[in-house]
Amino acid sequence: MLRYALRRIAVTVPTLLVIITLSFALERLAPGGPFDQEQTLTPAVRANLDRLYGLDRPFLVQYGRYLEALAHGDFGPSLSQRDFSVGELIRQGLPLSVTIGLAAVLLAILAGVPAGILAALARGRAGDHALTALAGLGIALPTFVTGPALALVFGLYLHWLPVAGWERGAPRYLVLPVVTLAIPVAAYLARLTRASLLEVLRTHYVLSARARGLGAARVLWHHALKPALLPVVSYLGPAMAFIVTGSLVIETVFALPGSGRYLVQGAIDRDYPLVLGMVIVYAAFTLTLNLAADLLYGWLDPGARHE
Amino acid sequence: MSERRGGALWGAALRRLRANRPACLALALLLGVALLALLAPLASPWAYDSLDWRHLAQPPALGAAHWFGTDRLGRDLFVRTLHGVRLSLLISVLASVLSVGIGLAWGTIAGFAGGRLDEWMMRFVDVLYSLPYLFLVIVLNTLVGRGSIAVLLLGVAAVGWLTTARIVRGQTLQLKRREFIEAARATGLPTRAILLRHIVPNLAGTVAVYATLTVPQMILFESFLSFLGLGVQEPHASLGNLINAGAQEMESAPWMLLVPAVFLVLLLVCLNLLGDGLRDALDPRES
Amino acid sequence: MRSIPVSPEAGGGGAVLELERLAVTFATAGGEVSAATDVTLAVAGGECLGVVGESGAGKSQTFLAALGLLAANGRVRGSARFQGGELLGLAPAALDRVRGARIGVVFQDPLTSLTPHLTVGAQLTEVLRHHLQLTAAAARRRALTLLERVQLSDAQRRLGQYPHELSGGMRQRVMIAIAIACGPALLIADEPTTALDVTVQAQILRLLAELKRERAMAMVLITHDLGAVAGIADRVAVMRAGRLIETGPVASVLGAPREPYTRELLRSVAPVSAPASAPVAAAPVALALEEVSVAYPLRGGWLRRAATLRALSGVTLELAAGEALGVVGESGGGKSTLARAVLALLPLAAGRVVWLGRSLGTLTPRELRAARAGLQMVFQDPLGSLDPRMTVEEIVGEPLAVHRPGLEPAARRAAIATMLERVELGTSLLGRYPHELSGGQCQRVGIARAMILEPRLLVCDEPLSALDGPTQRQILALLAGLRRESALTLLFVSHNLALVRQLCERVLVLYLGRMMELGGTEQLYREPRHPYTQELIAAVPVADPAIQPARLARARPGEPPSPLAPPSGCVYRTRCPYAVARCAEQVPAWETVAEGGAGIACHRWRELSGA
Repeated sequence: MLRYALRRIAVTVPTLLVIITLSFALERLAPGGPFDQEQTLTPAVRANLDRLYGLDRPFLVQYGRYLEALAHGDFGPSLSQRDFSVGELIRQGLPLSVTIGLAAVLLAILAGVPAGILAALARGRAGDHALTALAGLGIALPTFVTGPALALVFGLYLHWLPVAGWERGAPRYLVLPVVTLAIPVAAYLARLTRASLLEVLRTHYVLSARARGLGAARVLWHHALKPALLPVVSYLGPAMAFIVTGSLVIETVFALPGSGRYLVQGAIDRDYPLVLGMVIVYAAFTLTLNLAADLLYGWLDPGARHE
Repeated sequence: MSERRGGALWGAALRRLRANRPACLALALLLGVALLALLAPLASPWAYDSLDWRHLAQPPALGAAHWFGTDRLGRDLFVRTLHGVRLSLLISVLASVLSVGIGLAWGTIAGFAGGRLDEWMMRFVDVLYSLPYLFLVIVLNTLVGRGSIAVLLLGVAAVGWLTTARIVRGQTLQLKRREFIEAARATGLPTRAILLRHIVPNLAGTVAVYATLTVPQMILFESFLSFLGLGVQEPHASLGNLINAGAQEMESAPWMLLVPAVFLVLLLVCLNLLGDGLRDALDPRES
Repeated sequence: MRSIPVSPEAGGGGAVLELERLAVTFATAGGEVSAATDVTLAVAGGECLGVVGESGAGKSQTFLAALGLLAANGRVRGSARFQGGELLGLAPAALDRVRGARIGVVFQDPLTSLTPHLTVGAQLTEVLRHHLQLTAAAARRRALTLLERVQLSDAQRRLGQYPHELSGGMRQRVMIAIAIACGPALLIADEPTTALDVTVQAQILRLLAELKRERAMAMVLITHDLGAVAGIADRVAVMRAGRLIETGPVASVLGAPREPYTRELLRSVAPVSAPASAPVAAAPVALALEEVSVAYPLRGGWLRRAATLRALSGVTLELAAGEALGVVGESGGGKSTLARAVLALLPLAAGRVVWLGRSLGTLTPRELRAARAGLQMVFQDPLGSLDPRMTVEEIVGEPLAVHRPGLEPAARRAAIATMLERVELGTSLLGRYPHELSGGQCQRVGIARAMILEPRLLVCDEPLSALDGPTQRQILALLAGLRRESALTLLFVSHNLALVRQLCERVLVLYLGRMMELGGTEQLYREPRHPYTQELIAAVPVADPAIQPARLARARPGEPPSPLAPPSGCVYRTRCPYAVARCAEQVPAWETVAEGGAGIACHRWRELSGA
């Protein structure tokens, strides 16, 4: 297991480095700079600005400086919001984004997996059909439709929950964002769990365990569930990526001061250091969670460790 | 002769698809919406960007000048929504063709070559897969600037091929291990002929299914980008930017959110139902 | 507490399990399908009932139904009494007190029948603790005793291992240990040896026979293998298409079967002497293998060592034109690798394959593809070796399209039709797809594809192992007929020694990729010289209850070691009863022992055959 963990980590670290390098290269090689939109700049002022931010140096020097600063946790100054460094902007928004993201993943697992198990056990009955249809709808509905729709119903018509804002993290402000973000993941997990458990229940080893008279509950919990959850665990990696993407929408729809909107705004403003910093932070975040999912997989499946 | 042989297998699949009522309904609805999107803008007196100053922010009503109402600028929501549907369908179908093509080539080559090449090709896919796909488009956007349909198409397709590549590779690996491929080698077929005569035809079903399932993903992605302001730009309408505009007005003019949202959900649900139905039809042991 | 009454005499001589008019049906989309009809039989304590029939005869479903283990769409009618109590309709909790505790079950495929994520120890102690309420420590002690009883080597260590770390034979021993853990009155073994090598089959059957005797257990052995039945059953029930067609003591059913179907089953396993045709004298050498070795590199990765699997080492032999050579040995012995090496379907690590005077390794890819017209192959999986999207006509015609592209369409169609006739298939099948054909028909199509170019060499890799007994005989007859017609040189790979004996003049015995013995079929089967050949031949099941039990009793435990770490010296020494110190130190040299290429690789064969 230790060797397996080391192997997974040994794959993750270079991947992150490759992502840093690639996005750095792409951003710097792109035509159009951050000051292109300010048409009034004279060439001299513009050259001064470029010098100030180091944009006039050779590419490799810029890259080297960037890596060095990165090692010290310094993402450089933001080009569009000149009073802040990228690090400050990220530190401001990230805790909220991470809270919402993790809460949504947790909610999705807690709702989706049991629903999938129940549907599989009730296979072919009304409850199964209802859950399957609901899951299909949940997968098809995009978050930027469910978000406003939920806000419309629970906020504007029923007045149960606030529609937007944050109020320093009061939990009632986070209910709708977290639920919206969790719905598609929960629906997908439910469908995946159902299909996978049905498959496992058809295997010889489940038949064999039943033939040993262990009782239905014990066969399910002890013999069938762990292998049935393997595809679910391997979906957690992509699910993280999905949650991160979805959080951009959620922060827009519910006007939350998370870090996701910086990414969008940074792209619109062509704020290189901001976008780069955000990409790296989000990539590190998703890769870490991917790694955690991989390790969980290895723990669940002794065969995977040996490959 | 080849028509006939395609015929028997696809024929059985078609029969199973026809027995799947939700999928058939979905197909009918899709055709209806697509036809509407193609024809209605021609029939309507309004264009997607023409302003009607006498009817600003009108709610929908039967028999009114604007069936589905208008927005703040008095633009006809019916025409704008269908314009958006047309643009979304166009981009997503093109992106699907592009991404399924890339995915098919990438997956077949990786799976058939095997070894180190396969390992590296698939690790590349894994890396992209584990990243929020949005990054790619954001980087592309920063590269070329916003609003270019070509960039949007490229960005959307660049993400869509990953799943196809993975699935095609898995299928190719399975096929490669089957004895009939070895039999073809033992017969003396050159590699290219084995790929074209035996591997690709056996992938056809899988690819058809994933092409169908890729279209709604592409629609979703395109409207998602437009929603964030990174895709189709005003005055052009896309389901995504219509929903964004509607969400901002939802307290005073909820129809501006609901009309495009209903069309988007209709498209997505129908395409998913059709894709699932096609998968079950081609692989009867799935259901 | 509701429980099944246990009569004191049950388990003594009375019936432990009685099935009465048992019927099993499945509800499918196409209506109700019957799997078993009107099955009435009984098994007494201490008795073994063999239930035989081809696959799909309803053998397994009958007993799964009695245990309440049918699939969700299955239905059972009739009666199944266990120790006097009715099993059908019993509440799940009551049924679970019988299953695993008083009735043990062993299934066919030991890999898929053990839960992959639980260790052997966990699965074994689970049953003991669940049914006997043992403490963890007591269950562990009992588990160890059980593993030792089923002769699992290194039992202490096995407790902590996962199923995928064990070989097929070891896993089946674990399955048996779990089945007998709670001292059941009845053991149901459903095809317990089908997925295993012949040698391991004999070991498992011997273990089952011993257990039955020592515990006075009732046993049901479900199998298609009449040799297994002859070895351990007291009575036999023959099933066909869901019905019981004949029952009786094993000696009378196998010795003097009443039903024609039973006679047909018996005929398909009857020993037949070697083909009359002796090797053609002075025929020129067609195929020569010179020190052929094949290695599969296993690549290392992050923190993993690279290793080499030597699948074949130093194989040297010559085949005369028109000769048939059988290649036998256990799985992992290198038989299939040899078949592919001969056809240059995989790269050689060393040595040469010389076909009609030309070394295949020196040909350019284009030349090699052209040469393939004369070198053809028949595969193991009849369905899997045919492209599912091609019709029979396209499959059989493909070699023509490749090698004779100029052929007129009419001439090609005529050639295909003639070929189908030769493999005894009607031309009505021309437009069919593989999945519309039976296994035997698929294999005939595969043979037609191989033969349509009139090759000089035909390599058959386990062409019969996926087929039922009667079909095996038909395909074997077909191959023999084609050989007579077209002076074909044949390389016939099989794990089934009885089938090889009917077709081949000479036999090569492989073990861990090395040549053990090569000789004329009759000589080799009558007086095998190499200890490994002796073990293989002793393990061949014989459907004769007068001699088979004694043959089984001589089966020795042991399975091939990992080919990644072959033993030093003679690779067979770890299983050889005659191994001495020298066998571990020196690799035995190949010795020619008679003319015609007969030879052996064993340090002690002279002294052993002298004794």
